[in-house]
Amino acid sequence: MMLSRQIHSYWQALPLTLILLGFLVFPICVILVVSFWDYNEYSLIPDFILENYEFLLTSKVTLKAYLQTFKYAFLSWLFTFLIGFTLAYFLAFHVRSQKTQTVLFLLCTVPFFTSNIIRMISWIPLLGRNGLVNSSLQSSGLIDQPLDWLLYSDFAIVLAYIHLYTMFMVVPIFNSMMRIDRNLVEAALDAGAAPWQILKDIIVPLSKSGIMVGSIFVFTLVMGDFITVKIMGGGIKANVATLIYNEISLLQYPAAAAGAIVLLITVLMMLMILFRLVDVRKEL
Amino acid sequence: MDKRPMSFYFLGAFFIVFLLFLYGPNITIAILSFQGENGGLTFPMRGSSLHWYAQLFERQAVGDFTSALLRSLALGVMVMICTVVFSLLAGLAFRKRFVGSSTVFYLTLASLILPSILVSLGIGLMFDRFGLTPNWFSSGFGSHLTWTLPFGLLIMFAVFNRFNPSYEMASADLGATTLQTFRLILLPLLAPSLMGIGLFGFTLSYDEFARTLMTSGALNTLPLELFAMTTNVTSPVLYALGTVTTLVSLCVILLTLVLLKQLNRKPKHQGN
Repeated sequence: MMLSRQIHSYWQALPLTLILLGFLVFPICVILVVSFWDYNEYSLIPDFILENYEFLLTSKVTLKAYLQTFKYAFLSWLFTFLIGFTLAYFLAFHVRSQKTQTVLFLLCTVPFFTSNIIRMISWIPLLGRNGLVNSSLQSSGLIDQPLDWLLYSDFAIVLAYIHLYTMFMVVPIFNSMMRIDRNLVEAALDAGAAPWQILKDIIVPLSKSGIMVGSIFVFTLVMGDFITVKIMGGGIKANVATLIYNEISLLQYPAAAAGAIVLLITVLMMLMILFRLVDVRKEL
Repeated sequence: MDKRPMSFYFLGAFFIVFLLFLYGPNITIAILSFQGENGGLTFPMRGSSLHWYAQLFERQAVGDFTSALLRSLALGVMVMICTVVFSLLAGLAFRKRFVGSSTVFYLTLASLILPSILVSLGIGLMFDRFGLTPNWFSSGFGSHLTWTLPFGLLIMFAVFNRFNPSYEMASADLGATTLQTFRLILLPLLAPSLMGIGLFGFTLSYDEFARTLMTSGALNTLPLELFAMTTNVTSPVLYALGTVTTLVSLCVILLTLVLLKQLNRKPKHQGN
């Protein structure tokens, strides 16, 4: 009996497993192999050389790109966390009817379903040199010259990340907040706790898992992103993934592969630290 | 009902500001897409017209937008169907412990959180090395599934964590076969969640860019076409395009919500 039920599990999990093996595991193995290959302008040459890595790990450009990427990841994480936590707190503890909660929640998630590229382009008429922000600041007399750093800058990139990814923070934090026993808060109030004490000693610790899941999402999304940097950075700014993207465009696949492997290892190391702190499967 | 604390109003205001931040840009381009014929990419509006929407469907103005849209819709539907079926099956499998289940689970998580450019590069290289021609319906299809299936499976986990197994047990006790229990009990109960997974799968695929980059072959999907346009189209036609694609997404969501409502209502009627 036990065995026959297990057999069901195997064929049921098979399609998913096959897709993941064929389109995730195997391709990554291919990347790993190709990262040791040589190449010239026309073709890839099967080989075992370490030059791709050597070049990558000694180049100043890589170092700068990594620092830049970590900066984006940290800033985006910080702001999405602060904003996301506040929004989740409002939705979970201040909105009383479940219907209102659902409606407000849907309002937040709808933009998530529209194209990221379109959402990024949408900033251009607002932040550009002749954009809405600059022209209203100028006409109100606050500035004489249009601000240059609004678009095609680090500011624009981080702003776009916050715009795109805050919901990835709100959803898991809201999810864990909804599971906090309201009696705990009630009891703390009765025992004379101040609001900030309730926040610090009850709500933050108990929504920690949601915070972790959200952080994993935001962190990995920003680490692997290149399209936001391309569009919002106006082609001047570079992070790790844009370097890989540029090498792909130049058909320097082994170099791109080596870059991808190093990025993979970086992300995995960061994730290992984060996963130590939370059991994802229990959080659903 | 007791009086709301001060913090409610602060947080409420914060929430509204966030919504403005979320929707502001989209609304701006929606307004600018009605820019008059001589208008530019920013305010002020020079009259209003549907000129840019008309341009959208002229091939020479923006490239092949219509067929990219159709391609993305077709791919979205393919991905949606497979995501629903495979996630349901895998979700069922994970209700019992089986050897290797945690490996499969971590693989799925990895598929979700590994940088998309890696998946894209890997699949692209794989097809290249094996002498296969990448196409949106083969390599592109596979790369989209690596993105949608993890979401599907995680939703299935969330559903089964809250699922009451007594219905199935009752059905088995009453002598139903496994297949009957699945068809008559499990499937109707899971239907709303499956629709949700379908909606997710479709929109994730429809908007997917990074994983499609090296896997769609010679023909662009809509996001790739959009990205190409951001570099060479410098007229409000871009905004018209953005508004149209946003409307398509909204229609899909609304349609699903309506269907969900219908689905939830049906059992009650039968009960009466």
